[in-house]
Amino acid sequence: MILPLLIGLLFLGGLLAWFSERINPVWPRWVALGALGLELLLMLGLLGASPENGWLAEYNRAWLPRFGISLHFAADGLSLLLLLLTAFLGVIAVGSAWNEITERVGFFYFNLLWTLAGVVGIFTALDLFLFFFFWEVMLIPMYFIIAIWGHENKFYAAKKFFIFTQVSGLLMLVAIAVLAWFHYLQLGFFSFDYFDLLNVRMNRGMEMWVMLGFFIGFATKLPSAPFHNWLPDAHSQAPSAGSIILAGVLLKTGAYGLIRFAVPLFPNAAAEFAPVAMTLAAISILYCAKVAFAQADLKRLIAYTSVSHMGFVTLGVYAWNELALQGAVMTMLAHGLSSAALFMLAGGLQHRIHTRNMHEMGGFWGRVPRMSAVAMFFSIAALGMPGLGNFIGEFLSLLGAFQANPLLTIVSAFGLIFASVYSLWVMQKVFQGKYAGDAFDGGGLRDLDNREMAFYAAMMLGLLWMGVYPQSFLDLSAPTLQALLDGELGQSLTGVARP
Amino acid sequence: MLDLIWLLPTFPLLGFLILALSEGRLNKNIAGWVGAGSVGLSFAVAALAAMAFLQSGLESHTVPLWTWMSVAGFDPGWNLYLDGLSLVMMLVITGVGFLIHVYSTGYMADDPDFARFFCYMNLFVFAMLLLVLGDNLLLLYLGWEGVGLCSYLLIGFWYDNPENGYAARKAFVVTRVGDTAMAIGLFLLFAQLGTLNIQELLHAAELEWATGSTLPAITALLLLGGAVGKSAQLPLQTWLPDAMAGPTPISALIHAATMVTAGVYLIARTHVLFELAPDVQMLVAWVGLITLLMAGFTAMTQSDIKRILAFSTVSQIGYMFLGLGVGAWSGAIFHLMTHAFFKALLFLGAGAVILSLHHEQDIFRMGGKRRQLPMGFFCFLIGGLALTAFPYTSGYFSKDEILLAALEVEGPGFWLWLGGVVGAFFTGIYTFRLFFVVFFGQSKDHHDATEVKGMNIVLPLGILMVLSLLGGWIPLPLDAVFGHHAGEHHVSALLHGVMIAVPLVGIAISYLIYGTGALPAERIMALPGAKALHRFWRSGWGMDRLYDALFVHPFLWLARINAKDVIDAFYHGLASLSRAGHMLIVRSQTGYLRWYALSMAAGLVLLVAVGVLL
Repeated sequence: MILPLLIGLLFLGGLLAWFSERINPVWPRWVALGALGLELLLMLGLLGASPENGWLAEYNRAWLPRFGISLHFAADGLSLLLLLLTAFLGVIAVGSAWNEITERVGFFYFNLLWTLAGVVGIFTALDLFLFFFFWEVMLIPMYFIIAIWGHENKFYAAKKFFIFTQVSGLLMLVAIAVLAWFHYLQLGFFSFDYFDLLNVRMNRGMEMWVMLGFFIGFATKLPSAPFHNWLPDAHSQAPSAGSIILAGVLLKTGAYGLIRFAVPLFPNAAAEFAPVAMTLAAISILYCAKVAFAQADLKRLIAYTSVSHMGFVTLGVYAWNELALQGAVMTMLAHGLSSAALFMLAGGLQHRIHTRNMHEMGGFWGRVPRMSAVAMFFSIAALGMPGLGNFIGEFLSLLGAFQANPLLTIVSAFGLIFASVYSLWVMQKVFQGKYAGDAFDGGGLRDLDNREMAFYAAMMLGLLWMGVYPQSFLDLSAPTLQALLDGELGQSLTGVARP
Repeated sequence: MLDLIWLLPTFPLLGFLILALSEGRLNKNIAGWVGAGSVGLSFAVAALAAMAFLQSGLESHTVPLWTWMSVAGFDPGWNLYLDGLSLVMMLVITGVGFLIHVYSTGYMADDPDFARFFCYMNLFVFAMLLLVLGDNLLLLYLGWEGVGLCSYLLIGFWYDNPENGYAARKAFVVTRVGDTAMAIGLFLLFAQLGTLNIQELLHAAELEWATGSTLPAITALLLLGGAVGKSAQLPLQTWLPDAMAGPTPISALIHAATMVTAGVYLIARTHVLFELAPDVQMLVAWVGLITLLMAGFTAMTQSDIKRILAFSTVSQIGYMFLGLGVGAWSGAIFHLMTHAFFKALLFLGAGAVILSLHHEQDIFRMGGKRRQLPMGFFCFLIGGLALTAFPYTSGYFSKDEILLAALEVEGPGFWLWLGGVVGAFFTGIYTFRLFFVVFFGQSKDHHDATEVKGMNIVLPLGILMVLSLLGGWIPLPLDAVFGHHAGEHHVSALLHGVMIAVPLVGIAISYLIYGTGALPAERIMALPGAKALHRFWRSGWGMDRLYDALFVHPFLWLARINAKDVIDAFYHGLASLSRAGHMLIVRSQTGYLRWYALSMAAGLVLLVAVGVLL
């Protein structure tokens, strides 16, 4: 029961935030913070749950029994880690929007909470129809966040985001439908249930085509080259809170989809496809790192680095061994925090000095030492400094991938060099060098206040924890990943009566 | 006592945290005490641990702290490992490190970012200690990257000047190239041997790999990649001279005494792998030899006091690599230690000179300073003699051990020895060129040089002078680590005499050119081709230009032409295509009935025709 509650809480919180604006425009952010805080607490409660058959919580009710569609939610360790990340970054996003969003406040927080509700649905849905439903729920509010509260080129960016996600989502929908049809052909009744669909057998060619539908859907979200082009525009135009949710959470739904669905549902096709996917991963890592380096727009640059880092996730997933999968999961978590923090910093800078153009910045260290030190911390986290979470993720991912495909791993490892090139370049352009006081409206450049610092400190501690004692996280996801690897995914606890 | 070595990295870490979290609000006095005191405490623990270790009979000792992670048989821990090698390293790091910290409280006293400086310094000592104490290669790698980060932060400490930032990034990125090779080496080692615990791994390698086979060669080569990056050896040596942009105590601590010798430590630590790959080990010797000669040539042509010392460092680490390559494991570590003494002395002395002369670094704008700067004079005299391996100074013993071991190598041994001796000749020239130009002759400036004073500067220099002179007599407990005795070398009196005499000849030549002017430098420069050669050597054999042309410019060019991301053009093309199609169909909507009737008829005919034909 807890899982529908988690989703309902966000839906309800969103509506409440919207309507509370009529009473007082300060209320929506408090409502949002309250809803997300409660959400986080409920999720932390799940940590104590004793797993049954590998699942910490499950909920299963018939929805459209004629088609075998049910409201089937379940959370295991992997889901829970990502749920915690979602709620945590939700709180951070509210914190970053706190003073930045001043127009149509209620509707903003409504969209924010509904997007997150979609994400929570994605991380828990075990019915593919339901999964697709939440895939769309996540998309539309995010479209509004970009289109309404975005920057100078917001309509273009929002449309691009919508079209990319929608087209790739359509391919996935077709793939889901075909999969369900095959289930009907083989077993005589429709089902969209994950555990049922795992047993569907297809011939080689068909399996590959259906798998590709899923892969393109997820790879666009992840994103992986060459499906990444919506991301730089969406990120540079979105408000900070939008970027935080996009980079920190939404991208991870793609990675989650690959681990949960794209590989286990089509084991043979995925194995055959792995070299291609790993090649795309290596291309993402190197190519997008290089493009990132060339950007003058700070948020665009960070957006490209996101694509580069997510390459390590793809690499890890398609290496399909425990080390690499753990690396992929750790990268998802660590990148969630580090990229969210970097986008929050870039957004904070834009809020202060009204530009994202790095050529107009420089020498900020002397003026805003706190902000500079925080930026240094997250930059070195992003370039993979041992002792912080990103290193654990990328190292495990490469260590595991090396056993599957040494050549592509070596190529990908060069991303470590590129990451240092662009990360340190950002530090140089923005925070070091001569103070570029004339190039921008310097009056607004003030250092982080204690409220902002608290949010950054939370993310820093998170990354340190992941870097120094990642076992807390690895232990949670290990049973899930081992089950996925063994192909013994455990059975649903509560079956729904078949028609 | 040995179980308490976890305190060793903990004190500097606490110092770092205190200085970082106080955000510069501590006054300088307290910040100085925290910064230097934490390393002092660390040294005290190291000294106590060393005594306990020596009394306990040199047994290696592991202190497990906690499991870092445990995934599918990969379970590196936060475990500290103490043996003779890590003992020597930790004493050098905390000992010399402490002296440099104390010196810095004087040297940096007027800097507004005093606390930030000590914050980075403490973080560095923490990372360096983990590097040498880690019992597995992943923890070593953590320290390895950590010291690289601190090196970056401290080279770019004065961030106002973009050139410092460039030097800092160059140092980080160039060493990261080596680090990446090393990381790949780690992947391979784990894939083959199933562990990254150093002792287990070496043991497994000895059991499973045959001497001279491919796998140990590849892994040794990849580790060597990491080592040449960190230790500024060919072909990744280009970052070290630029790293002199940092404050001078940094040059002494990071870029002379400790971090740059991490590559030597890495190879010594994994020496079993190199013994299994004799070809790669021989490559280490040649890398060292060529680097030491090239850097020697370049050092003779520099005019910046710190750059001369930087190239000298590259050259001296070349000797250490030569030692490693010929199997003189203890000799290389011995030279690492004595070099830490005398090079720290030289850098700190240079710092005192620079500070006394109001940040003048060009030696040809100094001159005749021995009366004004007597302390600097003695620093350079003693440090210089040790550097040129003057008999019975510390450098003499360690260099001797390396060269004698080189001579005993079958095959190219004589040539390696000869190269080393030639390098020692250059060492004599460039060291005393600096010495004579700065301290003798006519004063070439109008600075009212007043020597810096204060016990926090004088005392560390004094201790380092004593160590530079007498450090050669310190016995190192390394036999158990490397599994053999550094036995007596049998060498003819003639060869030994040559080894002693050659650096002295270098000093003499230096004296003739720069001390008395009997052999004016202009006359040498007038020789045919001398100018071009001088320019070539001075530029560090054109390596910077070569790398700019090969890597930096192509990368920048690629980045520039593709800033807009060519893949986006494809999607834009799709968008344009659909827009064009849209326009085309819009044109068919004319509003004339006869046009619609005609198109319907034409369509019908077409359909019927298709139906009939098929």
